[in-house]
Amino acid sequence: FQFIGIEHVVKTLRSVSVDLNNDASLLIDIPDALCERDKVKFTVHTKTTLSSFQKPEFSVPRQHEDFIWLHDTLVETEDYAGLIIPPAPPKPDFESPREKMHKLGEGEATMTKEEYTKMKQELEAEYLAVFKKTVQVHEVFLQRLSSHPVLSKDRNFQIFLEYDQDLSVRRKNAKEMFGGFFKNMVKSADEVLIAGVKEVDDFFEQEKTFLLDYFSKIKEATAKAEKMTRSHKNIADDYIRLSATLNSLSAEESTNYYIIKFCLKLFQNFLRVCLKKVEGRVASDEELKLTELLRYYMRDIQAAKDLLYRRARALADYENSNKALDKARLKGKDVSQAEEHQKRCLQKFDTLSESGKKELTNFKARRVVAFRKNLVEMAELEVKHAKNNMTLLQGCIELLSGN
Amino acid sequence: MFVHLSAFYSYRSLPFCRFFLQIEEEEGGDSFDIHISVSDPEKVGDGMNAYMAYKVTTKTSVALFRQRDFSVKRRFSDFLGLHSKLASKYLHIGYIVPPAPEKSIVGMTKVKVGKEDQSSNEFVERRRSALERYLMRTVKHPILLKDPDVLQFLESSELPRAVNTQALSSAGILRMVNKAAEAVNKMTIKMNESDAWFEEKQQHFENLDAQLRKLHASVECLVCHRKELSVNTAQFAKSAAMLGNSEDHTALSRALSQLAEVEEKIDQLHQDQANADFYLFSELLGDYVRLISAVKGVFDQRMKTWQKWQDSQMLLQKKREAEAKLQFTNKPDKLQQTKDEIKELEGRVQQGERDFEQISKTIRKEVSRFEKDRVKDFKMSIVKYLESLVQTQQQLIKYWEAFLPEAKAIS
Repeated sequence: FQFIGIEHVVKTLRSVSVDLNNDASLLIDIPDALCERDKVKFTVHTKTTLSSFQKPEFSVPRQHEDFIWLHDTLVETEDYAGLIIPPAPPKPDFESPREKMHKLGEGEATMTKEEYTKMKQELEAEYLAVFKKTVQVHEVFLQRLSSHPVLSKDRNFQIFLEYDQDLSVRRKNAKEMFGGFFKNMVKSADEVLIAGVKEVDDFFEQEKTFLLDYFSKIKEATAKAEKMTRSHKNIADDYIRLSATLNSLSAEESTNYYIIKFCLKLFQNFLRVCLKKVEGRVASDEELKLTELLRYYMRDIQAAKDLLYRRARALADYENSNKALDKARLKGKDVSQAEEHQKRCLQKFDTLSESGKKELTNFKARRVVAFRKNLVEMAELEVKHAKNNMTLLQGCIELLSGN
Repeated sequence: MFVHLSAFYSYRSLPFCRFFLQIEEEEGGDSFDIHISVSDPEKVGDGMNAYMAYKVTTKTSVALFRQRDFSVKRRFSDFLGLHSKLASKYLHIGYIVPPAPEKSIVGMTKVKVGKEDQSSNEFVERRRSALERYLMRTVKHPILLKDPDVLQFLESSELPRAVNTQALSSAGILRMVNKAAEAVNKMTIKMNESDAWFEEKQQHFENLDAQLRKLHASVECLVCHRKELSVNTAQFAKSAAMLGNSEDHTALSRALSQLAEVEEKIDQLHQDQANADFYLFSELLGDYVRLISAVKGVFDQRMKTWQKWQDSQMLLQKKREAEAKLQFTNKPDKLQQTKDEIKELEGRVQQGERDFEQISKTIRKEVSRFEKDRVKDFKMSIVKYLESLVQTQQQLIKYWEAFLPEAKAIS
């Protein structure tokens, strides 16, 4: 079973982050993507009025690893230490549909042809959903960058958008250069923050407390939301199996009892067409809105925490430079060097604090807007689906009761 | 007459749905109604000798009964006892006797030991509902309704304790059926199935049995997943509430708390839907799997009856041969004895033929009645089940529409 590439991915939901891709000077989207085995090839399409680019409109093929390379180089760039770097898109994960596909292949002998076809259709739909999700998440990453006043001008970002050759050579060089220094340090970020350098600034003290607590809460909520939507999917699958069995049952009923055959056929049709479609759709819309929202902001908050961490390190560096300056003054040696170093550290810390404040304030505003949009859309979708469900069910009841 | 299930829902007060069966009048038929409910389970006694007593209430206008509205207390073994009596009287002449609910050692032990937890409450409710359905199916059988044991069961305040309830459960019936089937297999002379109707029907019930079992398994899966969904929704609601508390933007914080409340209500909806899945769908299928065992049982009884008739005929044949041989010997006593035996055997053969014809006739009527009732039962249950789904959707609409302004209020 080979999942055939999709020519044009239907862009239904792109609302995890809001108000992106509005600035006509740099418009980015992923109109097309191909899936071969497990490798996804994204077509990154750019339309720009900026003179820094060679052409006004162009497309390049990119792999997931290229996105990671871009993210990592941005994180490692010192100049961006005071910015919230948009979280890297997660690796495309076809594990779940792949496992189901495997199970389907094993169980093929025990199913009727109809059941098998139906389950296969379901699987294709699931592949498509995973696919749509991964395209969306990669697209949002690029759009976050393009709408950021500083990051959109990054040289590597430009290369990513424009360079029409394979990026894998650059990727390898980058790994050798940076060696993931910052990334390894960030792992123990929480401890440094908590163990705590004394915070002089109220704003940052509050942000620190808030972000640490919020992160753990949103992580928990994301996990629970995922479990909930997985249960919905299980029920949708149960309805498929039910309808297949009802089909066989209705075939068995003799023609003497036309009524029950009619009933069962109706019930079975109803289940297959309506409930599954709607229940299944509820599962994936709910997932996209709620779960993806939570998941995305969990990662975004991690990125904000990383910013706090970098600032805390800068503060620590500054305090250390103070101590070194005092020591130098005592000893009477290398005082001007120590003074220079201290001045630099202070400058770095101040720049970080200033840009950090701006970033965090914008972040909060962005978060609130995104939550609002998604919660509203989710509630509207739930109402819409429930109404559809009801109409279908009531129609069915009328037909059955009439007989 | 047909049986239909009605569902009562109470989303807040009762943890379980109440379901009852109701017999409705057939157009132009006898106006004849009877309604039985099983209620108020009460634990009697302590420890391993404890048992559950159920109140059996009959409301009826049928003249057979001394009153129109009366109740008695019965325990589970009483039901099994009733079934055993009916089975021994009617099964072998071709009547489809509804099987009694299954015994459950695990379930009952928990109750006896006194665990007042949710699973033992669910067990008692499940049993109560099953006992009610059992009685309703029994009384809606026109012959069984008139049986004195049934009348005594419903009316007498005191009932002699039923003993030997081992062979009486539907598992016991199935064992009996299997034994009969084995005997049938051992038959050296194949039954001459001049009546294709029986062969066709038997095959039909075999297929039906397989399909219903499969369907039952699928629905049990659905019930399980629905319960999981309920648990996961509740957990998500809690985590959403905590997230709302942590959120420092006031309006968003309030919206998240509202979301948590909505999800909590939806959790309750899922629980109620799981109950509907179970009682309207799953239990119906379970009942019919057991009923079809009873149907297969009567077909096998017919085989046994035929076999008995054939055996008598064979014996008669042998006796006649023996008589012929004895004609040439000088044993007048033996000859007379053989002649007497022949006479008796001739009577037996005639009776065997009559029995076989009678059981065949009864089965044809019974199967027709059974199938008609089954159609109506399924149709009614399907409609009720769909209505339960409609109700869930209606509530969902209400909850989400109430949440919408809260979400929009985030600024």
